[in-house]
Amino acid sequence: MNQESIGEKLLATFGEETIEETVLFQDQVSVTVSAEAIVAVCRFLKEDSELAFDFLSFVGGVDRYPATPRFELIYQLYSLKHNHRFRVKARVDESEENPASIDSVVEVWPTANWHERETAEMFGITFNNHPDPRKLLLPEHWTAHPLRKDFPLEGTDEDTPDLPREQG
Amino acid sequence: MPDGAAKEERRVETLEVNIGPHHPSTHGVFRAVVELDGEIVTDVVPHLGYLHRGYEKTCENKHYHNVIPLAERCDYMAASGNSVAYCLAVERLAGIEVPERAQTVRVIMAELSRIFSHLFWLGTHAHDVGAMTPLFYCLREREEIMNMFELTAGGRLMPNYVRIGGLARDLEDGFLERIRAFTETFDRRVDDYEALLTKNPIYIDRTKGIGILPTEDAVALGASGPVIRGSGVAWDIRKSEPYSGYDKYDFDIAVEDGCDVYSRYLVRIREMRESNRILRQAVDTIEETPIRAVKHSLVFPPQHEIYDKTASLIHHFMLVVEGMKIAPGEIYHAIESPRGEMGVYIVSDGGPQPYRLKWRGPAFVNLEALALMSRGAFLSDFIAILSSVDIVLAEVDR
Repeated sequence: MNQESIGEKLLATFGEETIEETVLFQDQVSVTVSAEAIVAVCRFLKEDSELAFDFLSFVGGVDRYPATPRFELIYQLYSLKHNHRFRVKARVDESEENPASIDSVVEVWPTANWHERETAEMFGITFNNHPDPRKLLLPEHWTAHPLRKDFPLEGTDEDTPDLPREQG
Repeated sequence: MPDGAAKEERRVETLEVNIGPHHPSTHGVFRAVVELDGEIVTDVVPHLGYLHRGYEKTCENKHYHNVIPLAERCDYMAASGNSVAYCLAVERLAGIEVPERAQTVRVIMAELSRIFSHLFWLGTHAHDVGAMTPLFYCLREREEIMNMFELTAGGRLMPNYVRIGGLARDLEDGFLERIRAFTETFDRRVDDYEALLTKNPIYIDRTKGIGILPTEDAVALGASGPVIRGSGVAWDIRKSEPYSGYDKYDFDIAVEDGCDVYSRYLVRIREMRESNRILRQAVDTIEETPIRAVKHSLVFPPQHEIYDKTASLIHHFMLVVEGMKIAPGEIYHAIESPRGEMGVYIVSDGGPQPYRLKWRGPAFVNLEALALMSRGAFLSDFIAILSSVDIVLAEVDR
């Protein structure tokens, strides 16, 4: 199945309420789905016999600061059975009272475990129902999220108040 | 104390042993906390991040052309393969067509990198399970590949030779002859390595039936490359989604269904032979065409033109100072690196730097299967299993 017909099939199954946007760029389709439906959509993509996306390449994040919703989550899929690829995205926002969060897809693809741990620490997004929500690459005592666009690349101690200092 | 009481008080709790971050078998800085019941591994908890350098953040703050040397340092064991993956992704994003000759040379560099990486893996893996000799033979051939890299690109470990739109410069005189000579002897060299290991009863005892990764778990855990092919899945991106002209070459996918360390060894050995086959065909079919695409605001003009054409000088200057501007969009491009699916995901916002650049490092994902493969094995087998994953910590931690 080519990527456009996969997008159409998703739209026909879930409707415009869930499928927010479909973008075609250089033969690659990205479908944005509503964050609440991410597990349902992923499960459908994996279990439908025509689609059979049994292989998750990665889960990643994009920070669109200062736009809202601020974060995009990327799910890059591959089907070993049908040899086709597809990309699903979901947008989440954060506010003072509501930190960014989305449901974990580890129950659909176990490989998402480490990808989600990495995305969580790098962007500060919580993955609900994650079986092992520890930090992966960063030290445990870090509270900063380096891949956010407002995290400075360099600067003095005053410029980088979030950055953890050496522990005395 | 009577004998019976001493027996009842026998300690039965498990023991946690810390392996790494500095341990010869980790080939880098990797730490695993291994839970032992006697000598049996009951659980493995990997601790990553000792080599985390904020790779993706750095890439997001560099011009597209300046990311190439960084790309090579991601997986330093197959440096050229990485820069090919990155350049293919950028070219697809910007719609650049690469000339035939450049594509063939990229295949040559990528396959040399694959042999280079597998050779070092073979030597150190054999060393990890107690066979000292193969390492010396493997490093001999690896040295010859490094000499070839040095001849044409300048760099030995990091050739830094691939550019967006083509190559940095054309091949050095005598390079193709040296590759031809290398390919003629290399198959016999692989026979030599196999003579040391393939039927060696000690090696078979240490690897056969060890580190079982069932096919469905390999897929579920996202394993790729020799790890998934050693578990019976005939999936190679060079075949399933050919890039850089791989569809022109005649080669087979190496696949074994033993799901163990020994199968992964056999897969890598066969892959070296297949790479050698591809190299021979590439050297025979290479065409005399330009080595870089002509696309003024995106690709650097040839070096000699900068000296005698004003327009080329201006394009060069603007590319260095302002960088290339790609229309907003996003792309994912994956290649088959020696470790598996090496993917690059780029988001462009129209500026000269990638807005977001994500590396899908195969070593990072393959390592996720380590705990599953190790449970129930002896501690000494854990070392063999870890080495069969073929991790490059620079790519795992990024």
